[in-house]
Amino acid sequence: MTISRFTRRAFIGILAAAGLAAPASAQVDFSGKTIEWVIPFSETGGSAKWANFFAPLLSQALPGQPTVVVKFMPGAGSTKGANWFQQQTGGDGTLLFGTSGSTQFPYLLGDPRVRYEYKDWNPVMASGTGGVAYLNAKDGAKFDGSANKLKGIDFIYGSQGATRLDLVPLLAWQMLGMSVEPVFGIKGRGDGRLMFERGEATIDYQTSSGYLGGSADLVASGKAVPMMTWGALDADGNIVRDPTFPDIPTFKEVCQATDGCETSGDAWEAWKAFFVAGFSSQKIAFLPAGTSQDIIDTYVKAFEAVRNRPDFAKISSKRVGKYPMFVGAGAKAAVKTATTVPESAKSYVLNWLKEAYGVELK
Amino acid sequence: MFATALPALGDAWALILQPVVLGYLVMGVAMGLAIGVFPGLGGIAGLSLLLPFMFGMDPVLGLALMIGMVAVVPTSDTFASVLLGIPGSSASQATVLDGFPMAKKGEAARALSAAFASSLFGGLVGASFLTLFILIARPIVLAFGLPEMLMITILGLSMVAVLAGRIAFKGLAAAGLGLMVGTIGEADAGGSLRMATYDIPYLTDGLKLVIVGLGIFAIPEIVSLLRQDRSISQGASLGAGWMEGVRDWLANIWLSVRCSIIGVIVGVIPGLGGSVVDWIAYGHTVQTTKDKSKFGKGEVRGVIGPESSNNAKEGGGLVPTLLFGIPGSGSMAIFIGAIALLGSGDIEVGPSMLKNNLDITYSIVWLLALANVVGTILCIAASGPIARLTTIRFTYLAPFLFMLISFAAFQSGQNFEDLLALYAMGLVGIFLRRFDWSRPAFLIGFVLSNPVEKFSNQAFQIASFRFRKSFEGGMDYVFSPIVIVLIIITVISVVLGIRQAKSIMSEGEMQSGQKRAPLIFLLVIAGYLITALINASLIPNHNMTDKIVPLVVGSTALLCCLILLVQMIRKPEGDMIFADREIAGEDADAPYGLWSTLAWFAGLIAATWFVGFILALIGFLVAFLRVRAGAGWVKTLVLTACGVAFMSLMAGALNRDFPPGLLQGAFDLPWPLK
Repeated sequence: MTISRFTRRAFIGILAAAGLAAPASAQVDFSGKTIEWVIPFSETGGSAKWANFFAPLLSQALPGQPTVVVKFMPGAGSTKGANWFQQQTGGDGTLLFGTSGSTQFPYLLGDPRVRYEYKDWNPVMASGTGGVAYLNAKDGAKFDGSANKLKGIDFIYGSQGATRLDLVPLLAWQMLGMSVEPVFGIKGRGDGRLMFERGEATIDYQTSSGYLGGSADLVASGKAVPMMTWGALDADGNIVRDPTFPDIPTFKEVCQATDGCETSGDAWEAWKAFFVAGFSSQKIAFLPAGTSQDIIDTYVKAFEAVRNRPDFAKISSKRVGKYPMFVGAGAKAAVKTATTVPESAKSYVLNWLKEAYGVELK
Repeated sequence: MFATALPALGDAWALILQPVVLGYLVMGVAMGLAIGVFPGLGGIAGLSLLLPFMFGMDPVLGLALMIGMVAVVPTSDTFASVLLGIPGSSASQATVLDGFPMAKKGEAARALSAAFASSLFGGLVGASFLTLFILIARPIVLAFGLPEMLMITILGLSMVAVLAGRIAFKGLAAAGLGLMVGTIGEADAGGSLRMATYDIPYLTDGLKLVIVGLGIFAIPEIVSLLRQDRSISQGASLGAGWMEGVRDWLANIWLSVRCSIIGVIVGVIPGLGGSVVDWIAYGHTVQTTKDKSKFGKGEVRGVIGPESSNNAKEGGGLVPTLLFGIPGSGSMAIFIGAIALLGSGDIEVGPSMLKNNLDITYSIVWLLALANVVGTILCIAASGPIARLTTIRFTYLAPFLFMLISFAAFQSGQNFEDLLALYAMGLVGIFLRRFDWSRPAFLIGFVLSNPVEKFSNQAFQIASFRFRKSFEGGMDYVFSPIVIVLIIITVISVVLGIRQAKSIMSEGEMQSGQKRAPLIFLLVIAGYLITALINASLIPNHNMTDKIVPLVVGSTALLCCLILLVQMIRKPEGDMIFADREIAGEDADAPYGLWSTLAWFAGLIAATWFVGFILALIGFLVAFLRVRAGAGWVKTLVLTACGVAFMSLMAGALNRDFPPGLLQGAFDLPWPLK
């Protein structure tokens, strides 16, 4: 195909111009091989965007410049793909798997469909995102950095489901003592924003890229008022202001300012555990169980090379946001925090899901 | 705003009208055509293929390539729906109804060229309309809230009245059954399981449209033609040529205009996608045609209407995609992702698109229109030769069709269960057809099942929230002017539909026969409905959103079945209610039996379970061509080699897998055997 050769050449040209020399590992060489990056979601989701962004960069950074193709294996809220990946062992480095918060949450909550074990897999890269909650203009006028004046108001929120990432905003609003009624069954956060724009929903949240892409305009034109971000983790695991939105207070700050909201205790620990799992290390790339250390090291090096590209900050800010990309040991630590929640936090959340929404996972 | 529009439009044309851009567009169109004739793959497969090359590409070139590819898929999938009766995508469901009967009459080329002319026109009307509309679209799109979307879905559903067939209750029950089949799996709202269990993960995701469409429409037709051992076109003749089709379109140009506008408007509303457009356009076509007796038997207007609307819809679908960053379809979602890869990543789809990139927006709109022109010209040129497929003895075509639809079904979920589901839906389709239960009604029910449930639950929840605040606020929300207009249209269309339904034979001529077989089929359907009802009633009450729709729809469908039961008991044998194709007509006179024919397909699936798709396919093709078609060894081997090579080439180029079997689980085999 002439087109592919043309673009490929153009592409290599761009990379050469960027001054990137492909790092070579002496032992592992992927020349002529095809690497499949399996995503347990459909072509249309955020994980697809994420993998499609990294795939060509990874291809250039791996020794031998293999073709990296992204394959989709959607089903059963990503548990189907993860269960499949669990069966793949002793890879030769030609299989990579990407999970997201939606894969982490069922694992943490003990969903009956989960037949995978994160501890068996070899993480090579992890990246995070953030989230911003915002209010409609009328009720937003009553927001003063605390939720005290929002307590008597009934809000409506378009939600994908209480056991998904929406768990984090729903639990946060409940801890602030707000009355938020979720309308379940929407297909993505974009649909939620549309519902908000139509005035049907009166409160909404978006992940960072969704907020920048659509909601920031609403704020600028006075149709929405930002309320809080979920924050970001610093090196010591404390929640600090989100670097992408330094002007918006974090949930932690709003909680501290609000009567009756505690930043300690079971509820807080549970919220924080699920925030970390769902946002701060949201998307993780794994090699299968039993992959040799050489191959793992090669991948870690390749992702480091991607991260060190001079233009990486620029090209990644729009696609994956201004969040740290963890590689190697950093990715390992990120996975550990993303996939371990204290038993008390888990039982708190399970109990809350049952009482507030009648959801039982069995 | 209009002051900036004109220069932007000029800039857009300057961008488009460069030889290299047009070259990329043609290249995209050619790739799109090659993929689009493959049923079930559609634009998603093609776009995924292009994605890796988009990184850093010149934006206009990348757009030309991608749009060329996406734009022609709803055009080229017309080949499969007209020639073979296979609905290639949701965009060609309604085209099958009259297109395929035309092919059977030997008018394939006429049907195709009428369809392509309509597609082209629809695409151009869509683009012109959008050029102005996109500037004022935002508030209009926002005016469509949940009650409005619910009403449009109901308007789509009301087309069942037109397509119900001779016995209205059968059509209603078929639609109800389709709705119920659509609820299988995990509920969107509360996650309750309906007719599914976590032990069979396949069912929790529900059945895919591709599988239901292929099963309900394609398999019954393939099996029926195969049993008759003839060519698709009766007498293997090709009557009307392609010029006639273009003349047909010209004679019905106003129908084409109206359906194009329907297409753009429905396409503009996010969340509905293409699923209802076809049916609303088809319903409109039927209602505005004086002589309705030819629908379902090869009425060319039945091809012109839906085909005008489905390409116009692609243009309309750009509005939510570009203005709100909310993709109207799967391929649009990838499209959004790909745009961000283009150039230096400056083009950001979403609200800022009109402000910052109006020229790019217009380029997209008109590249789409131009791609339609190029694609249609190529398709019309190809339609004469390709129409000759319908003169081939069907026994030589059928094994390759089984190959294609199995592959297409597998692509929808990449599970072996996809093949089983295809077979099961095929059986349902065969019996619906045999006993004259409207298959279009079933499909409309299935397609609209999810939107009906979602919109009614969500609209109800928000409405009750508004009513709690104030009665007036609630009424304003539920009965907005748009809703009232839609209610009026729906009522008119139902009343007209019921009056006309008896003359529209979506299933063609039928003979009626004895009581026993139709009665048993009715009891089986009722049995399924009762099981599904009991299953739904077991969902705990706090998840009312997950059980209310199955309960209401299921009981209504069951009620229809009971009425039919009473009628069947009281009416004498020979009444139309006992319609049965195995009594008289083509199927009854066929030299081959149903089960022995179906056993070939079952054999392919069973062999796949053991040795994987490609090995099973080799065995299947050789055995079928030798035994059933009676071909010589040379012919058999050449055809088998061609089939397998084509399959591997296609799958290889698109980077798709084949269903693996037990053998592949035990041994590591090289591609394509793995």
